[in-house]
Amino acid sequence: MFGERRKLLSGNEALAHAALACGVHLGTGYPGTPSTEILETLAAIGGKAQWAPNEKVAMEVALGVAYGNGRALVTMKHVGLNVAADPLFSAAYTGVSGALVVAVADDPGMASSQNEQDTRRYAIAAGVPLLEPSDSQEAHDFFFRAVELSEQFGTPVIIRLTTRVSHSKGIVKLGRAGPPPQPPHFERNITARVLIPAYARPAHRRLRQRLKEIAQWNETSGLNLVLTGTSDLGIIASGVAALHAREAAPQTRLLKLGMSYPLPVQTVKEFVRGVKRCVVIEEGDPVIEELCLTHGIPVEGKPEEDRFGELSVSRVRRILNGDCPPPPPPASTRPPQLCPGCPHRMVFEALRDLGCIVAGDIGCYTLGVLPPFEAMDTCTCMGASIGVGLGLRHVLPPDQARRVVSVIGDSTFVHSGLTGIVEMMYNPPPGGHVVLILDNRTTAMTGLQDHPATGRTLSGQPTHELSLEGVCRAIGVEDVTVFEEHSNKESFRALLREKLSQAKPCVIIVRRECLLAMRRRKQESLAAQQERVTCQPSE
Amino acid sequence: MSTERVTNIVVAGVGGQGVLRATDVIAETAFLAGYDVKKTEVHGMSQRGGGVVSDVRFGPRVLSPMVPDGEADFLLVLEPTQLEPNRHRLKPDGVIIGCDRINVASLTHPKTLNVALLGVLSQYLDLSCELWRDALRRCFPPHLYSVNEEAFELGRQADGKACRRE
Repeated sequence: MFGERRKLLSGNEALAHAALACGVHLGTGYPGTPSTEILETLAAIGGKAQWAPNEKVAMEVALGVAYGNGRALVTMKHVGLNVAADPLFSAAYTGVSGALVVAVADDPGMASSQNEQDTRRYAIAAGVPLLEPSDSQEAHDFFFRAVELSEQFGTPVIIRLTTRVSHSKGIVKLGRAGPPPQPPHFERNITARVLIPAYARPAHRRLRQRLKEIAQWNETSGLNLVLTGTSDLGIIASGVAALHAREAAPQTRLLKLGMSYPLPVQTVKEFVRGVKRCVVIEEGDPVIEELCLTHGIPVEGKPEEDRFGELSVSRVRRILNGDCPPPPPPASTRPPQLCPGCPHRMVFEALRDLGCIVAGDIGCYTLGVLPPFEAMDTCTCMGASIGVGLGLRHVLPPDQARRVVSVIGDSTFVHSGLTGIVEMMYNPPPGGHVVLILDNRTTAMTGLQDHPATGRTLSGQPTHELSLEGVCRAIGVEDVTVFEEHSNKESFRALLREKLSQAKPCVIIVRRECLLAMRRRKQESLAAQQERVTCQPSE
Repeated sequence: MSTERVTNIVVAGVGGQGVLRATDVIAETAFLAGYDVKKTEVHGMSQRGGGVVSDVRFGPRVLSPMVPDGEADFLLVLEPTQLEPNRHRLKPDGVIIGCDRINVASLTHPKTLNVALLGVLSQYLDLSCELWRDALRRCFPPHLYSVNEEAFELGRQADGKACRRE
């Protein structure tokens, strides 16, 4: 009916289709809800996409591609940008030769995250332009613009997605593939790319000058739209909040900012001059509001209460009406829990029954904090379990210190647990320490992605398999035990008791494949077999 | 494109029940019918057996992907415990479609409950059976089509309105 150019796609899928059409040479990232499907889709439709051990490495690989005149896409969730912040800030100084597009998915409301930080703060702090698509069509279209911007100004560009943009589906008219990018090649430019202080000082001045030029470009970029309406009130909005606002107040004049940083100051000033009063509707921190006020533009923000959680049509209506009662608390629905038969269950039962103080980490197993286990005492960020556990061991009185255990999953361990083990051997607490690596052979929470210790790539192809026990031993841990007797609860308890009683650093790897991963692997191998059968020549 | 207004549907259940697949099928059907359509869902921890809610909206033009509270025309409830937490989504004269609308015991496979309730929903919507079947074909692998088509028909017939014509 519409041909193949119109598709029903999520924001993540739409962005991946645009990346393929732009001839992106490499997509890389680390899985994280709600960003994960971007790279999975890119690989599925024929692009080159791969998982990195963590977001920092992904950003650096992508930066290398862009230094080599290639086009790179790097994806992560909002907290992933904390990990990748170091290369990002310096990439803003060095600039790039090709294109570097950083797709970051924020999670206002924390559907599956530990905080609701706003990526736009990073754009301002690092000095990197930022685009805010509101739906799948814009996630697709803005990617083309981000590549254009990145190449024209030699800058990394952030596309800020949010849960409702990444995971909502809408109709997307797919763009035609543009002219293919220049073939990658290396041009030496040491004063730009090597940030010794003597070269970095002028680089910072170049960055500030570049941002002024990009702000000017943004005035006529076409990314910021004025939707007609009455002039008693004006609304400035971005991302999905702009759609909520248009629905809540269809007759009100609205400036929809597609590129909120650097702010198109003249465009905003002109808009605000044309209305009696102006309210900024944005999801997350009051970033646009503060930028406007910094430039002396008189706007009103949203109430402090609306900084928390996702916005919606109802919330925007309330903000515009000036009603400020706190929204009703969300009705409680059934909380998530560890799957029946999950191999982590046995571990958390033992930790609970032995009265351990558990420094936990990020993954499915964080659910060990909920009843019936309640066997987790801290969980802050990826990889923190080992450092936090060591800190507790250093400072607690001996009767508490000897009960401290760090619990970390396999993918999280590869992401940022390795340096924790180095610390454990470099500065061992006097009473030793116990690190439990829950190796379920997948990145389960984000939807069963492979990682370096599964021995398979993002596309499921075999590759070098990182040995968790091997790497722990290589770091210097002499006492490494691999426990695979999943059904033997008593023997696990005995092992844990023994390790807790000895005053030396040790690692226990509890290895048992996630049931969901096992099922999917079997389904895939069945499907592959059927494919082979159907593909037999009929001759 | 007969109607000027947007149709709002909310589907609620728990992880593993096919809530998201159900809204995929509705969205696909509306897409095939030529409507503007948006659907939204929340991933992540909800996949570990927690409550899952997904919204679909279609009409001449859809703005926000989320159905505003109190504006859902239909609330599909795949698991009875999920009714109360989501009742506020429904408009005053909105329709609740729960498992009591069909004979669950007559489903060939219990996992097709989601599609059976779509069959019930289809009685209220101006979308042809051909489009629903096309959408089912697009949303399920070939070997799962017939069992789901059967479940759809069961729901469709729940109040005596069949669409099978061979």
